[in-house]
Amino acid sequence: MAIQPPESRLWWKEPVAKVELIWVIVAFLWGLVMFFMMIYWHAAGKQNISSEAYRVDPASYQKKAEELAEKYKTGERAGIPIVKPPAGSDIYLIARLWQWWPIFELEKGKAYRLHISSLDWQHGFSLQPVNINLQVHPGYDFVQTITPKDKGEYTIVCNEYCGIGHHQMTGKIMVVD
Amino acid sequence: MATVSEFRICPTTGLKVHSAAEKLIKANAVVAVVFLAIGGLFGLMVALTRWQAVHLLPADWFYLALTAHGFDVLLAWIIFFEIAVLYFASAILLNCRLAAPKVAWAAFWLMLIGALVANVAVLQGGSSVMFTSYVPMKAAPHFYLGLILFAVGALLGVAVFFGTLVIAKEEKTYEGSLPLVTFGAVTAAIIAVYTIASGAIILIPTFLWSIGLVSHIDTLMYKLVWWGMGHSSQQINVSAHVAVWYAIAALVLGAKPISEKVSRLAFLFYILFLQLASAHHLLAEPGLSAEWKVFNTSYAMYLAVLGSMIHGMTVPGSIEAAQRARGFNNGLFQWLRKAPWGNPAFSGMFLSLVMFGFIGGISGVVLGTEQINVMMHNTLYVPGHFHGTVVAGTTLAFMAITYLLVPLIFRREVMFPKLAKIQPYLFGLGVLGISVFMMGAGTLGVARRHWDMNFADAALTFDYPPAAFLMMALNGLSAVMAATGGLIFIVVVVGSVLFGKKVEGKIDLTGGAAVAKYGSAGTLKIPGTAVLVAVFFTCFVLYYFVNWKYLSELWPLR
Repeated sequence: MAIQPPESRLWWKEPVAKVELIWVIVAFLWGLVMFFMMIYWHAAGKQNISSEAYRVDPASYQKKAEELAEKYKTGERAGIPIVKPPAGSDIYLIARLWQWWPIFELEKGKAYRLHISSLDWQHGFSLQPVNINLQVHPGYDFVQTITPKDKGEYTIVCNEYCGIGHHQMTGKIMVVD
Repeated sequence: MATVSEFRICPTTGLKVHSAAEKLIKANAVVAVVFLAIGGLFGLMVALTRWQAVHLLPADWFYLALTAHGFDVLLAWIIFFEIAVLYFASAILLNCRLAAPKVAWAAFWLMLIGALVANVAVLQGGSSVMFTSYVPMKAAPHFYLGLILFAVGALLGVAVFFGTLVIAKEEKTYEGSLPLVTFGAVTAAIIAVYTIASGAIILIPTFLWSIGLVSHIDTLMYKLVWWGMGHSSQQINVSAHVAVWYAIAALVLGAKPISEKVSRLAFLFYILFLQLASAHHLLAEPGLSAEWKVFNTSYAMYLAVLGSMIHGMTVPGSIEAAQRARGFNNGLFQWLRKAPWGNPAFSGMFLSLVMFGFIGGISGVVLGTEQINVMMHNTLYVPGHFHGTVVAGTTLAFMAITYLLVPLIFRREVMFPKLAKIQPYLFGLGVLGISVFMMGAGTLGVARRHWDMNFADAALTFDYPPAAFLMMALNGLSAVMAATGGLIFIVVVVGSVLFGKKVEGKIDLTGGAAVAKYGSAGTLKIPGTAVLVAVFFTCFVLYYFVNWKYLSELWPLR
């Protein structure tokens, strides 16, 4: 029994049952398939999180984001500027207690270099209903090249707990033709 | 050297039971169950708040309850119980005296004081930082201090376990190699050492930061090291509950491992590769390379997952072989139909095995795939997954073995046998619902650790699809069912321990003699298990590739 020492003192010399051996081999090969699937997707897939990131001082990040917003501001919603930067450009999104700033208007099918950083605590960038989820740290500028596929209004929900106003922290990305 | 009078001989198993070990097992198990009750109650309140139509707690209380729920069940209940399992697997199973009972009591009190201090800190309201306490969000200093005291106590308990192994070897209280269950416990204890070391490396500086002696803690470094504790502690649980599966199969059915070699190798994989798993908490993080993420999240090409998949065959396989040796040989599944489903120790163990594999295991591998994680990170899919591993897997397995500890260690009959009989089903079904419906809501994008999915107070509003609200209502109902099962467990166990009829003489656990031999390895037949494993594997492969299909429809990202 499993609660007693093995009967045979040389238990490591006992043969392994065939059915067990087959399963060990199948399970091992399946592990390899899953491992190489991730590498394959880096070569052939279109959805790979970039590992491009920079150390950044929150104040200078904020300055960059505000300059961009001022230059391309087209309107305002709930006190937050709506910004339409040129396609293909670097755009800077601020996460802070408890707001995503500004609101971006992006063109469908065009790629943007989306920078995300927090000015205070950690936050979670959760783009709905697309369901893209990224972690946002203070002091790290995280850069993703993102290409909106469909037009419409998308919401950024915060999905990293960030204190008592966490559930009020929403933002928007508008995708137009 | 212990004198003879400090031992009694167990009339059921013939094992020599050291009285100091027995007392410590009782103390740790009782405190564990108390924390299960407290933490479970917090969990029920959390689930009823997330059920939008009920929305029980106000926001501040919700975040407080969620922090307390995480600490009390994930740390306090499970680790107190694990310390009891370690003492059982060493002193009791090896016929040995427990090393340094005074140190073991010091460990017990340190853990208890630490757990109480952390609870007080959370209930005071200034430490609603969640179980993970990500910096730079700051808790009260005594929150971290409580965690540190608890961890030091646990480490002492692990040291007592290792000391007992040394004594057993010196005093030759057993022949040959360690029993498989003790080997599994050794696995858990080794992992516990580096888990607690990771915890110390990150929590001590965080404590110093909270009292102003350290000026800055890097947020990414914190997460990296914290998960060296946070995830590895789940691997202690896996090793411990797999050891418990083997123990229950042995005690109830007299089952013996199909192959000692294969089962031990699978435990060894845990020791070697599980620590890498902290990476799968960092897949959506800036500052780490894709190569690092891919290698580590796969536990070095899924070798630790291989360990669990092996146990997934060897545990039911040993049960099938034992049942067939007993004559339940008709067809593929007579051995399973004729299993002791009315014995809560067996039914709890088997439900734990099935749900850990199908729900917790498969979802965990999918969630931990580098690219697929982007669709699930920090959504309710995450708690859905780990309720499948930690609650359906670990908690249910620990509940199951408690039904054996009550007569064997507390020497009391289990009271309310009819309630005890349905308890694993009620709790198991509830947890199944909790896991599946949270995963469903997560797939629809619902955030975890979030008070209001209506966004009623937000400046910019948003509506999740109606199906998400339905999922959360079903999750609430499932939580009520699981809580009922949990309550029955506590009533039965506490009632039995305090008021149960004293057990005299031998107890019939097995309903038959232990199985001596299955026949030679060449002729061993476990076709039923082979079919079950094939079903599992098919589900795994399909679910895995379905998620890649979903991913391919996501916005391009690079």
